[in-house]
Amino acid sequence: MKNKLNVSSDGLKNSMNVSTNWLLKRFPLSRMWNDHMAQYYAPKNFNFWYFFGSLALLVLVNQIITGILLTMNYKPDAKLAFDSVEYIMRDVNWGWLIRYMHSTGASAFFIVIYLHMFRGMIYGSYKKPRELVWIFGMLLFLCLMAEAFMGYLLPWGQMSYWGAQVIISLFSAIPVIGEDLSLWVRGDYVISDATLNRFFAFHVIAVPLALIILVFLHIIALHEVGSNNPDGIEIKESKDPWGHPVDGIPFHPYYTVKDLVGVGVFLFFFATIIFYMPEMGGYFLEHANFIPADPLKTPEHIAPLWYFTPFYAILRAIPDKFMGVIAMGGAIVVLFLLPWLDRCKVKSIRYRGGIFKKSFVLFIISFIVLGYLGTQPATPGYTMLARVFTAIYFGFFLLLPIYTPWEKTKPVPKSVTHEKTAMEDYSALVDTFDKMTVKQEPIKTSWGGTVTPVKPDAAGIKNVLIQLAKKLKESLD
Amino acid sequence: MTREVVDTSKRQFLTTALTVVGAVGTGYLAVPFISQMQPSARAMAAGAPVEVDISRIEPGQLIRIAWRGKPVWVLSRTPEILDILEKDTAKLADPSSKDSDQPDNSSNSYRSIRPEIFIAVGLCTHLGCSPTFRPEIAPNDLGDDWKGGFFCPCHGSGFDLAGRVFKSVPAPTNLVVPPYRYITDTQIIIGEETKKEASA
Repeated sequence: MKNKLNVSSDGLKNSMNVSTNWLLKRFPLSRMWNDHMAQYYAPKNFNFWYFFGSLALLVLVNQIITGILLTMNYKPDAKLAFDSVEYIMRDVNWGWLIRYMHSTGASAFFIVIYLHMFRGMIYGSYKKPRELVWIFGMLLFLCLMAEAFMGYLLPWGQMSYWGAQVIISLFSAIPVIGEDLSLWVRGDYVISDATLNRFFAFHVIAVPLALIILVFLHIIALHEVGSNNPDGIEIKESKDPWGHPVDGIPFHPYYTVKDLVGVGVFLFFFATIIFYMPEMGGYFLEHANFIPADPLKTPEHIAPLWYFTPFYAILRAIPDKFMGVIAMGGAIVVLFLLPWLDRCKVKSIRYRGGIFKKSFVLFIISFIVLGYLGTQPATPGYTMLARVFTAIYFGFFLLLPIYTPWEKTKPVPKSVTHEKTAMEDYSALVDTFDKMTVKQEPIKTSWGGTVTPVKPDAAGIKNVLIQLAKKLKESLD
Repeated sequence: MTREVVDTSKRQFLTTALTVVGAVGTGYLAVPFISQMQPSARAMAAGAPVEVDISRIEPGQLIRIAWRGKPVWVLSRTPEILDILEKDTAKLADPSSKDSDQPDNSSNSYRSIRPEIFIAVGLCTHLGCSPTFRPEIAPNDLGDDWKGGFFCPCHGSGFDLAGRVFKSVPAPTNLVVPPYRYITDTQIIIGEETKKEASA
């Protein structure tokens, strides 16, 4: 009996080996796995900011799957579109969940991508030899904006309609060919059924294909040059006797497992939004879009979804139609040029000069303030403010080539530095809490134990705040 | 066996010829692919003129009608409004509508055939939002200088009640006045203009 069982399990093993060999002789599966996962050496000091690449991939998969399911009940017809979305929300089994996953996914995509780009900017991941990784990434960002914009027309609500009207009119600002170009994009003299139908085609097939191809190119280009890291040093420069980078660890299993934790935390927030606040107070799904499109009446206040608002605020800030469009386009073009505008050899912000750190902080502030202004009505005061921050936005990029060649940088370590663990962060937090409080007399509790109550300590808090301010100032030098 | 000699110039010729033929073929194929996105014959035909009865419009009232899918405004202007339009031209970018789009018969300071009836396409010349009708004088949100007009909520462009754009706003030109004519005293047809009327 025992013998028989062994024979059969050996037989199974054998037949599995045979079919694996058959496959591997015809397809480089194990080589691909090794090149991109098991033998792809990534720096060992990846921190929090390195979650967002894999999260972007996760959201892309979410958008594709929920998108395919939505097309099964959606009708790309100006007469039927709005009602078909309501039909999905009310009558299709789990239709509300699939739609909310898709609409929340769109905003999540931009949150994740903006953080991913922020990471690239602070650690200099766009610099030589990763310029092409950055360019593919920027093309992805551009495709993502096109995808989001065209997807937003499909529900055929008031915001869908007037948002598309405004954005397509941008083309008409181009001299000579502008009017014909916007006519060609719309396929009609106004936003109409023809526009909706072609946006549907672009949204469900053309742009997603481009996105997938670009993701592929982005990753291939990254794996060719290797990942950057928070210290901005090239790990390939020091290798162990086996030829592996000393500061590198295989992507699988180390970072696949780490990213799984990131996925878990991300899904916690993602699900919370889907189930409890899918409209996000009008930021993820705008209120005016619950009214069917009316070509005769613009909503009182129109604003694009939050992820376009910084660029929209720049458009509005310029008191000239063509120049406004140029400035908005330029705000994205300067990002493409970043690898060549920044002449500093040091990659990571940790070892860069104070002037870069300060102007980068100003840039981030201007991006956020412009994002806020883009959601607000264009009052004269806000327009003035938008002009100031538009100047700061462009100032950051245009001043880079002037000061970066002479930037006073700090010495860059030869090997990657220690990244604080969560435990170390926690004990530092406990220490700070202890400094800010004073212990009281221990109290005996009714169940026999003792507790030591604490009281806030004004002097301690003041000290901690002073230390914090000093640290902040130091970190900006 | 003789060794064959590679005739590179022949090869080069064939390569060039194939590239040129291929490029021309791609170019020809691009024409139908690109022009299929142009407005279709049906979309181009759907631009019929519309008739409007203006007898019931109260002085100061604005009505909206659809023409070619666009909002068209018909505004009945009071003598007070016309008075402001006549005097208050200092802040206008193009007070005599030289760089703006209107039929010849509306090429005057009121931008209309009859001063009291103003007709315009209700889309901002900036990025095509439909401006809101704000006839009130000096409202809180628009400031003391506001003498009544149209305000675009999208990007803050302002127009007076003759559709003339104010200075230093994003909109480049005055609101477009569509071709129209009076059939009777109280009937207007929008989207049609006769030669006789235009020259009169």
